[in-house]
Amino acid sequence: MSLMRTLLGAAATVTLGATATLADPAIIFDLGGKFDKSFNESAYTGAERWKEETGGNYLEIELQSDAQREQALRAFAGRGANPVVMAGFSFASALTEVAPDYPDTKFVIIDMVVDAPNVTSVVFNEHEGSYLVGMAAAMESETGTVGFIGGMDIPLISRFACGYAQGAKAANADATVVQNMTGSTPAAWNDPVKGGELTKAQISQGADVVFAAAGGTGIGVLQTAADEGILSIGVDSNQNFMHPGQVLTSMTKRVDNAVYNAFSAGEDVAPGFNVMGLNNDGVGYAVDEFNASVLSADTIAALEEAKAAIIAGDIAVHDFMSDSTCPM
Amino acid sequence: MDTMPKWADIVLIPLINLLIAFFLSGLVIWAIGKDPFEAIRTMVAGAFGSTDGVGYTLYYTTNFIFTGLAVAVASRAALFNIGGEGQVMLGGLGLTLLLLTVDFPHWAIALPVAVITSAAFGAGWAFVPAYLAAKRGSHIVVTTIMFNFIAFSLLGYMLVSSWIKKPGGVPESLDFAETVHLPNFHDILAPLGIEFSKHAPANISFFIAVACCVLFFVVMWHTQLGTAIRQFGKSEGAAIYAGVSPVKITIIAMMISGGLAGLMAVNATMGEAERLILGFSEGAGFIGIAVALMGRNHPFGIFLAAVLFGFLYQGGSELSLWMGIPRELVIVIQALVILLTGALDNMVRMPVERLFLHFRKGAN
Repeated sequence: MSLMRTLLGAAATVTLGATATLADPAIIFDLGGKFDKSFNESAYTGAERWKEETGGNYLEIELQSDAQREQALRAFAGRGANPVVMAGFSFASALTEVAPDYPDTKFVIIDMVVDAPNVTSVVFNEHEGSYLVGMAAAMESETGTVGFIGGMDIPLISRFACGYAQGAKAANADATVVQNMTGSTPAAWNDPVKGGELTKAQISQGADVVFAAAGGTGIGVLQTAADEGILSIGVDSNQNFMHPGQVLTSMTKRVDNAVYNAFSAGEDVAPGFNVMGLNNDGVGYAVDEFNASVLSADTIAALEEAKAAIIAGDIAVHDFMSDSTCPM
Repeated sequence: MDTMPKWADIVLIPLINLLIAFFLSGLVIWAIGKDPFEAIRTMVAGAFGSTDGVGYTLYYTTNFIFTGLAVAVASRAALFNIGGEGQVMLGGLGLTLLLLTVDFPHWAIALPVAVITSAAFGAGWAFVPAYLAAKRGSHIVVTTIMFNFIAFSLLGYMLVSSWIKKPGGVPESLDFAETVHLPNFHDILAPLGIEFSKHAPANISFFIAVACCVLFFVVMWHTQLGTAIRQFGKSEGAAIYAGVSPVKITIIAMMISGGLAGLMAVNATMGEAERLILGFSEGAGFIGIAVALMGRNHPFGIFLAAVLFGFLYQGGSELSLWMGIPRELVIVIQALVILLTGALDNMVRMPVERLFLHFRKGAN
């Protein structure tokens, strides 16, 4: 064994000498994986767009376990990657611990607030975007019942739900909104089968438009909605293409822009808050050739009007996370 | 019976298996257009090339020693404890309840109590399937695996809806007090003048794991209980004839097994995370099966196998970090090692045995 140790040690020294420090940006994807067709994939798209436009290189890792969060942060920061972007609120504890140890590294956390001098916290006004798709849902619904399927039961998702319900009621005061959460563990982000079951349950309650804010679980929601002949609304990425003509619209949360901006700013990314809302196209609803047949011009006009009103401050969308209650 | 010398059985065959596994992994890496030699260098350097890497490798190793020994104890009694995962989780839960309710002035006082508590919770979780198997004849594989799901749901409930939950969206418990943070290798080695990475998670639990290896050896081969367990495992009929109670041995072996699995929480929960995280066991309970299989249910073999899997885990994450090898492929590499060393052991063993026989004939 000792001989083996020596050999391994020797090999190790050689490799270590060869690795230089680099100032490339880095991104850490959460457990859902970078091809979740939703949140992480949106982050991936942003990183790829930056790579394409600048020809630069970036480091990445898809986490396999919780214990790797701190390890990945330290590994990237330790080798000089800057900035280090992480997609997901689950990084809060790890980042709080790591950030002070690498004062020269800029960290960007998406969907969560971590208060440190070298951390940029990017948060989205999901309630504003959800309000708009809630309006769209109520206007295009024939039964007057619209559904909401959330991922893990956390305040962030309640924020989506609350905005959605407000929008639906604004468009049709008699609208009924049925809500379900997929689960209370992180597995709820990646359970398309249960997403499909919940969709069927909501259909039986009369829903004919469902909005999925559930990461990978949403794939099952959209699929079932398409199979059952009702409309669905995608989330985070533009998911209209997944079932052309059957996805009403997608509540886009431009995580890709957040990543792209952070990568572009490089080491100069400004620490502090970065709120992305309707005013700076951080959130919105998707219109493209895939939903042209289902999203009517009247609806679009109404949505644009509401959007302008929200930006101007004439419509105040209640934020669930401000007081943990929803007026609906 | 002894067609091969012992060294061939313990060292040569696993080594050949390993080489084949690495060769196949190399082919897979080559097939996706990466350099297999650079990959192996990255893995070795990442796992052993720095104190940081060693710290992570030994942290994983510690986990696998506990779960490997757990599987081995049951296995010696011809019981297949596939419930290590659940027993680990319960160990973590017990530990967390203890550390969040009792104020310990110093980690050195907390540690022995924590060891006993987590082992007791793990053993308690194994007791029910053991009792059912011993008294009612229900199949231990089925019951223990079902208990994994129950444990996961229980932990999920505790970390989402009970008082131990930390406020916020993440399913994890409140942080443990500063006073019960276990010293890591940096704290242990600094007084000796040895520099070790401050942030690597390897901690004092590693020595508890090593002590468990020694204890396993002593109990299994030098006590009446160990003899009874091995007798029972080799032949139940003969053991009963020799006066061994099958009910007693089944329950005792399973509870020792569960207790060892529960101890993993001392390393992962108390030593590393310093709070309880949902899913902290991360499949270590299942990896324990491969570790025990590869270590041939012998504590020394288990130690070596645990180091190997620690290397694969830590080296594997380095592969994703620096070579952009997707995490799915890292799992493929780990699976190849398990497949070759565990499941396809005889594929290599038989030809090698024949080779030895051939040489022996030649010598005579």
